[in-house]
Amino acid sequence: MAGLSLELIGLQLFAGLALGSVYVLLAIGLSLIFGMLTVVNFAHGAFFMLGAYVGLWLLSIGVNFWICLVAVPLIVGGFGLAVERTLIRPLYGRGIDYPLLLTFGLSYIIVELVRIVFGKSGYPVATPDALQGAVDIGVGYFPLYRLFVMGVTALILVGLWLFLERTRYGLIIRAGARDAQIVRVLGVNISRVWLMVFGLGCGIAGLGGLLAAPLQGVIPEMGGPILAEAFVVTVVGGMGSLMGAVLAGLLVGVVVSMTSLFAPEMAKVAIFALMAVVLLIRPQGFFGRAGLMS
Amino acid sequence: MLRVEKLNAWYGASHVLQDVSLEVNRGEIVCLIGRNGAGKTTTIKSIMGLMERTSGSVTFEGHELLGRPAHERFAHGLAYVPEERRIVTGLTVRENLRLGLVSSPNRKKEAELIDRTAEIFPRLAERLDQTAITMSGGEQQMLAIARALISDPKLVMLDEPSEGIMPVLVDEMFELFQNLKAGGTTILLVEQNVELALGVADRAYVLDQGSVVHHATGAALLADAEIQERYCSV
Ligand SMILES: Nc1ncnc2c1ncn2[C@@H]1O[C@H](COP(=O)(O)OP(=O)(O)OP(=O)(O)O)[C@@H](O)[C@H]1O
Ligand SMILES: [Mg+2]
Repeated sequence: MAGLSLELIGLQLFAGLALGSVYVLLAIGLSLIFGMLTVVNFAHGAFFMLGAYVGLWLLSIGVNFWICLVAVPLIVGGFGLAVERTLIRPLYGRGIDYPLLLTFGLSYIIVELVRIVFGKSGYPVATPDALQGAVDIGVGYFPLYRLFVMGVTALILVGLWLFLERTRYGLIIRAGARDAQIVRVLGVNISRVWLMVFGLGCGIAGLGGLLAAPLQGVIPEMGGPILAEAFVVTVVGGMGSLMGAVLAGLLVGVVVSMTSLFAPEMAKVAIFALMAVVLLIRPQGFFGRAGLMS
Repeated sequence: MLRVEKLNAWYGASHVLQDVSLEVNRGEIVCLIGRNGAGKTTTIKSIMGLMERTSGSVTFEGHELLGRPAHERFAHGLAYVPEERRIVTGLTVRENLRLGLVSSPNRKKEAELIDRTAEIFPRLAERLDQTAITMSGGEQQMLAIARALISDPKLVMLDEPSEGIMPVLVDEMFELFQNLKAGGTTILLVEQNVELALGVADRAYVLDQGSVVHHATGAALLADAEIQERYCSV
């Protein structure tokens, strides 16, 4: 354990929160989509990867990073809208397994298309100039870009919270997740709400992919592992719970980051062990509703 | 105002409504009675657009509604209070009321309408910022009714609103129905509490095994012990 200082642990903790931020961006979309539509979106990792690739492409044609931050979620979210409208909508009312299988298959198709268009090998993505370097955060120097990722995630969360708590659409979403029929008889076109929620979740996943690109580069398969991790996050946090997704996302990030410091060979297993423990103690996760799946 | 003609409805393959015809005129209270499983709930769900498979005709102020989605029927002025009190328990009372206005052109007057609702339902007024789950069953039912009324619908359909509610509140509720009628709202009411319901109803339809078997004024049915015995006793 020589060389492990408090500073190192502190820095690793921050690294964990930065990693957790990316998980949060995936998990809130998964959770919103599941809570509202009861669709387990297995293509969520593919939307994340698309975000990274759309970003890569926009940057390569000279679009600046700040514009990408807006354009990427819009493009990926728009693609999500098209997917819901044409592929998922016909499956509503048939149970949870149809959309699950559909999105599972879709994710393979998206990955294959990206391989065809961009090639099988990955690309590095440069950190934007303005966000290079490190800043002193008290326990040591921490990469500015990771702080930026945490900041963007925090902004998204605050924005989403205000949207859900303070707007008419947010009220419709909160009520519709619990009782869609009531919202319909009160005059809401619920199909449109489901469409928008799906698009919103996919757009946020796309943003996550763009933000992750400078940290890990892009490859067509990048959505796979992170989807598994994001599922762990939603299960630990409680399916359908946003608060749960946020807290569990940060927790999982910290657990991964800490185990890779102390026992690197355990890093990938640790989160599944965490999930098993949480499920044994609290099967519905931190904030989940018991019996949601039945 | 509302005209239902030869309405048929199915749950999967089971054909539960057979050629139901009924009519509700503006300003009336019309009551739908019949024993458990007679098809009362299915009838109003079909009128509101919540049944997957229906045939026949449902017109409201001359517009054919059959085949139109539920949210469009709301826009025509129909409101529906379902049988289990379906308020959203995680939301506050005020949020539940706001939910009643999310799609209504009246939502610009939201604050004013919530005040007006609070005057009509004093029990809700005291609890506007409480989560709805903290309220008693009867209060939750009042909230469900208030939420349906806040948008000023032309026709309100209520499914067994007095079920499982303490008598004081039931009396309040029936007084409310009479006030609503006096104010020009039309009501289609499903009730197990036959005597109370027929007491306020202008007309009533008796359903049995998915068909209308009898139709009379409220007063006539109230006096008709034989029909009540045959079709309504449990
Ligand atoms: N979801 C469903 N699936 C299949 N059959 C159903 C369903 N709901 C009701 N039914 C059947 O349809 C028929 C009519 O039911 P409905 O609920 O309309 O009766 P009701 O008059 O409202 O009865 P109650 O007084 O018990 O509320 C019954 O035979 C019932 O068993
Ligand atoms: Mg019923």
